[in-house]
Amino acid sequence: MSILVVQILNSLFYASVLFLIAAGLSLIFGVMRIVNLAHGSLFAVGAYIAAWLVGRAIAMGLPVVWLLLLMPVAALAVALLGIVIEPLLLRPFYRRAEEYQLLVTFGLLLILEDLMRLVWGGLPLTADTVMDAIPSVHIGALIYPGYNILVIGVGVAAAILLWVVIYGTKFGVLLRATSQDRRMAAALGLNVGLVYVAAFAVGCFMAGLGGAIVVPSHAAVLGMGIEALILAFVVVVVGGLGSLKGALVGALIVSFVRTAGIQFFPEIELAVLYLIAAFVLIIRPTGLFGTA
Amino acid sequence: MKADAIALPRFHARLWPYVAAALGVAVLISVPNFAGLYQTQLLTYGLIMAIGALGFNLLLGYTGLLSFGHSAYFGLGAYTVAFLLQWLGIRSMELYILLGLPVVAIVSALFGYVCVRHTRIFFGILTLALSQVLYSLALKFFWVSGGTDGLRVKRPTLLAGMIDFAGSGGFSRFLVAYYYYVLGVFILSTAIIWVIVHSPFGKALQAIRDNETRARFLGLRVRRFRWAAFLLSGTFTGLAGILWAPLNGLTTPDVLYWPFSGEIVFMTLLGGFRNFFGPIVGGVAFTFIKTYAVASTEYWQLLLGTVLVVLVLLLPTGIVGVLVQVARRRVPMERS
Repeated sequence: MSILVVQILNSLFYASVLFLIAAGLSLIFGVMRIVNLAHGSLFAVGAYIAAWLVGRAIAMGLPVVWLLLLMPVAALAVALLGIVIEPLLLRPFYRRAEEYQLLVTFGLLLILEDLMRLVWGGLPLTADTVMDAIPSVHIGALIYPGYNILVIGVGVAAAILLWVVIYGTKFGVLLRATSQDRRMAAALGLNVGLVYVAAFAVGCFMAGLGGAIVVPSHAAVLGMGIEALILAFVVVVVGGLGSLKGALVGALIVSFVRTAGIQFFPEIELAVLYLIAAFVLIIRPTGLFGTA
Repeated sequence: MKADAIALPRFHARLWPYVAAALGVAVLISVPNFAGLYQTQLLTYGLIMAIGALGFNLLLGYTGLLSFGHSAYFGLGAYTVAFLLQWLGIRSMELYILLGLPVVAIVSALFGYVCVRHTRIFFGILTLALSQVLYSLALKFFWVSGGTDGLRVKRPTLLAGMIDFAGSGGFSRFLVAYYYYVLGVFILSTAIIWVIVHSPFGKALQAIRDNETRARFLGLRVRRFRWAAFLLSGTFTGLAGILWAPLNGLTTPDVLYWPFSGEIVFMTLLGGFRNFFGPIVGGVAFTFIKTYAVASTEYWQLLLGTVLVVLVLLLPTGIVGVLVQVARRRVPMERS
């Protein structure tokens, strides 16, 4: 019984991280109609920055509880990176064919992957001090890391916050208006350029946060972004590109299937995920909750 | 404008592809005579990539569909060669091609049947997702595929076993002979693709690319044409994979992983996807650029990524597109 609880918690942990990545990807697509192939790499940058900050803080002798505050700092750094990237690289492409948009983000992916290697080297960066600092929880006869439960909490909080922002604030209205009809929004006097930067920065923040909270339990390694992007793709394809609800449901489906897969059919675990994505695209091209 | 300047272009516009092709073939045939063994080997890689990119461009340039999953067909070709060697002990290059092509064609047909239900971004994501199914299978079924270690591919025999490369000095003999072998396949493939895109079938694809609705009104069965284009495209890219495996001597899941699909897109764009010869130039140029980038810096991805971004920003028509523009400015040509 307790093994089942642990597996469910594992799935939820995984779903939280995936939701943060996929919701950012989906938000960016929903508002800007760009599929950002470099999104996974932004997640990886968040992980690297968080691990690096934690390492610095430990060297400076900061108490461990403070280290948790470094996670949002890392996410903010990624958001800043997004604010630089959007006007510089993406803005010239909104009016051009999708092929070029995909290619420029692919170029960005190559650049970011190597910049990470340049800055942080080829060895994995860890921040497990944070993980060890949080007491474990007893579930029946099993011990479960308390940090994972904290991550689930962050995921839930992020989902709620995102919902409140998008459906309850003026900024959310601006986002949705731009997403529905960019030209109409511009004609009504909305500064679309600013909304784009903001949307991209929020998307980057979430990807960065996902990377930052995952790094205490998994190390930051090269190539983690490329892997994460594909899983995030599966999530948004299942849930529907541009849909927040879709990102949440998709993240849950992918996480539970993956946890079950690792338990019962480890060889075809990834293949099953891609096949689910392909299957959803065939029967419902816009995903479970997509409209576009 | 001078009188002869008007007379010249008529001649050029009709014949320049053939003149250029004949010149290109002449240069390619003589390459091993003046270039070193290493350069010849690199060019062999380049020609293989050119076949793959030409196949890919049937979809992107001529049908208007951007596939982000062509690594699947390239990798499948490479793994088929490795399996034929490992399970059946086949050493003949001709058998690799004859047995490999149907495998690639069947999988392209299957994947294509699913993918052509969509266009634009969903088409791209679907091709990507399906290619990653193959990647994850190659990665996870390591007792079959060797996992990340991949599978070794020995030097094959060429021309129905007439040329064998066993014994000392076999490697350098193989490189030169294999260069001419690949060159032959390359010329044949290019000719076939040239015929395809200039046939009524090819024109129908271009009509669908330019205006799907109008093509449908003309009575074209759009989805079926796209499917056929997908099948051809995947098969030619698979042929490139079949040729690649013996030259590389090893096939790993890297050629199935989706960034490799990105590289195929990259080389096609580098050469120019709006011109028939663009992918050839792109495939060769990309191979050389990547090899020298890898050799000269640890951060070659950074370099390539920057090149890609600059290319997309400033030169979206690619190398051949720029050359054609320059030529047009020199000699004002009739628009064909």
